[in-house]
Amino acid sequence: MTVLNPPPLAIAEENIPNAPKRRRATVVRGSRPGWFVYSALAIVLGSAIFPFYWSFLIGSGDASTIRDPNMSWLPGGNFLANAASVINDPAVNFWRALWNSIYSSTLIALSVVFFSTLAGWAFAKLRFRGGRWLLVFVVATMAVPTQLGVVPLYILFADLGWTGNIGAIIIPALTSAFGVFWMTQYLQQAVPDELIEAARVDGASSFRTFLTVGLPAARPAAAMLGLFTFVSAWNNFFWPFIVLDRNDPTLPVALSLLQSNYFVDYSIVLAGVLLSTVPLLLLFAFAGKQLVSGIMQGAVKG
Amino acid sequence: MTSTATAPPSSDARPDGPSTSPTPRQPKRIAFGHRLTKWDLKLSPYLYISPFFILFIVIGLFPIAYTAVISFMDWDLVRNTGTFIGFDQYVYVLGQPKFWIALRNTFSIFLLSSVPQLLLAIFIAAMLDQNIRAKTFWRMGVLLPYVMAPVAVALIFSNMFGDKYGLVNTLLGNVGIPPVPWHSDAFASHIAIATMVNFRWTGYNTLILLAAMQAIPRDYYEAAAIDGAGKFRQFTAITVPSLRPTLIFVIITSTIGGLQIFDEPRMYDQYGTGGADSQWLTITLYLYDIGWGQWNFGRAAALAWILFLIILAIGVINLLVTQRVVRDEGRRDAGTRREQRRAAASARRSLAARTEATAEPEPGPAPTDTTIDTPEVPR
Repeated sequence: MTVLNPPPLAIAEENIPNAPKRRRATVVRGSRPGWFVYSALAIVLGSAIFPFYWSFLIGSGDASTIRDPNMSWLPGGNFLANAASVINDPAVNFWRALWNSIYSSTLIALSVVFFSTLAGWAFAKLRFRGGRWLLVFVVATMAVPTQLGVVPLYILFADLGWTGNIGAIIIPALTSAFGVFWMTQYLQQAVPDELIEAARVDGASSFRTFLTVGLPAARPAAAMLGLFTFVSAWNNFFWPFIVLDRNDPTLPVALSLLQSNYFVDYSIVLAGVLLSTVPLLLLFAFAGKQLVSGIMQGAVKG
Repeated sequence: MTSTATAPPSSDARPDGPSTSPTPRQPKRIAFGHRLTKWDLKLSPYLYISPFFILFIVIGLFPIAYTAVISFMDWDLVRNTGTFIGFDQYVYVLGQPKFWIALRNTFSIFLLSSVPQLLLAIFIAAMLDQNIRAKTFWRMGVLLPYVMAPVAVALIFSNMFGDKYGLVNTLLGNVGIPPVPWHSDAFASHIAIATMVNFRWTGYNTLILLAAMQAIPRDYYEAAAIDGAGKFRQFTAITVPSLRPTLIFVIITSTIGGLQIFDEPRMYDQYGTGGADSQWLTITLYLYDIGWGQWNFGRAAALAWILFLIILAIGVINLLVTQRVVRDEGRRDAGTRREQRRAAASARRSLAARTEATAEPEPGPAPTDTTIDTPEVPR
C-alpha cells in the first residue's frame, strides 16, 4: 500500500498542466519588483563603484587636478605616468611589496586551509575526550584582539632577529580559529558517519580516512576559506606595519608610505591605490561568486 | 574470503593442543594490530588539532600572558628586560587625558559606523531579497568594496573628505552648504572615518542578512499577504523578528572589530597620529603611538590589556542583552515550557492516581488536566 500509493499521485499532479496550488505559488514568487527596488540597488552599486572611479579620476590627472574647481568628470591621460612613478618610487618598493603580498597571502591561505581542515575533521567527525571543550576554546580565542599579543610578539621576533622579515607576518597567521570553526561546521553535515565507518571497516588508518573521505568532501568549504583567508591576509595592515621594514613591505604598508611624504601628490597616491587593488579586483572577477556564496553559507550556519 | 583463508590454522591449532607455542603467538599478533588501530583512533584526533593549539600557545597564549607580565613592568628596550613596578603603568595610562579622548573617539566611530551600517544593510538585503533579475550581479556589486584594503579605502576617502579641496565639500558648496572641517572638527572626522568602515563592510553584512532572510519560509509572507498585510507590515512583522539571531551575530562580530579600529584613522592624514588635538585618535592608534612611537612597551602592554577588558565587558553586555532578546522571541522557552507542562501533567496524573485510587479510567482525566492547567503552569 505505502509503496504503491505515492507514484500515481505524483503522476497525476504532473499530468495536470495548471495545478492550481503550484500556479499560485509561482505567481506570488514570480512577481517582479518595480522600479523602486532597482533604483535603490543602482544607487548602492553606484556608491560601491564610485570610490574606485574617483581614484581613477584623480589618479589619471596631475597634482593640480584636485585643486581645480572646474574639474572634469572624465579621466585624464596621466594614469600610466602616475602608476609608473609609483612603481619607480625608491621609497615604495612596489615590486618587492607586490611579491611579498602574493607570497605571504598564498602561503597563509594554503596553510590555514590545510590545518583547519585537519582540525575541523577531528572536531566534526572523530570522537575524543575533551573534544567539545577544546572546540569551545577555539571559538573563544576568536574574541581575543590582535593588539593583546603584539608587544611580546614584537619582542620575540626582535630577539630572533626576524623583524623586517616577511616570515614574521606569515608564521603567526599559519592557523586560524575562524578556519577551524568554519571547517568543523561544514564537515559536520557534509560527511555521513557511515562513510567513515565503511572506510574503517575496510582497514583504512585514521589519516588515510581523512585523505580519502575528509579532504574530497571538504573541498568546497576549503576553497571558500582559502579565498577569505587570502583576502584578509592581503589587506592586513596593523601587524605588518609594526614588524616589517619600510624597504621590504607588503602592499598596504607600501601604500601607507605613499602618503607619508611631506608634500602629498594625490594623483600619485590614488594611482598607487588603484594599482595595489588590481590583483584583488582580478581575484574578485574570477572568484566573486564564491565569495558571495561563502558569506551567505557561513551566515546560515554561524 | 581472505579472512576465512587465514583463520583455519588458528582454529585448527586450538582443538589440537592448547599448550603448543604457535597458539598464543597468533592472538598476540592480532592484539598488537588491534592496539595499533586503537592508538591510531585515540591519538590521531589530538594530532590533527595539535597544529592549531601549538601555534596558538606560542603566538597566542604565551604573548597574552607575557603582555600581562610586561604591563606590570618598566620595560627596558636595550637590555630587553623590565623591572617590576606593579600597577603604575595602568595608573599612568588611565590618568592620561589622551586615553579618555581615544576611548570616546573609538566608541563614537564605532557607533557611527555600526548603527547606520546595520540599518542600511537590512534595507539593501530586503531589496536583494525581492525577486530581482540578475541576482548574482547585484550581490557581487554589493560585495565589491570588501576586496579593497582598508588602507586603500582610507586613502581614497581621506582625499574625498579633504578640508580644502575635498569632493564632499565641493558638492556641499554646490548645494549652498558651507564647507565642513572634516579634519579639524572631532565629530566630523568621526563621520568621515565611519563612512570608510561603512563603505567596506555594509555589503558584507548585507549578504549575511540576505542569507538569513532567504531562510525565512515564504509561506509566512503568503499567509500575511492573504491576511491583508502590506509589504511594510510584512517586513516589520515577519522579516525583522526572524533576523534577530543573525543581527546579534553581526553586532557581536562588528563590536569586536570596531573597537580595534586602526587602519582607517591611521591613514586619515599624512602624519597618522590621530590629528593635532587627537580628534580621531583611537585606542589602537594610541597603543601604536605608545609602543612604537614612544617605545614604551610597558605602557603599551597595559593599554592592550585595558582594551581587551573593554572588549570583554562589551561582549558580556552583548551576551546579556542577546539572551534577553532571544527569550523575548520565545523560541528557546518553547521547549522548556513544553517540558514544564509535561512534567506538571505527569505529576498531577500520578497524584490523581494515588489520591483517587479508584476504578476511574486514567486516560480520561489526564488530558483534560493538562489542557486546563497549561496556561497557569508557565506563569
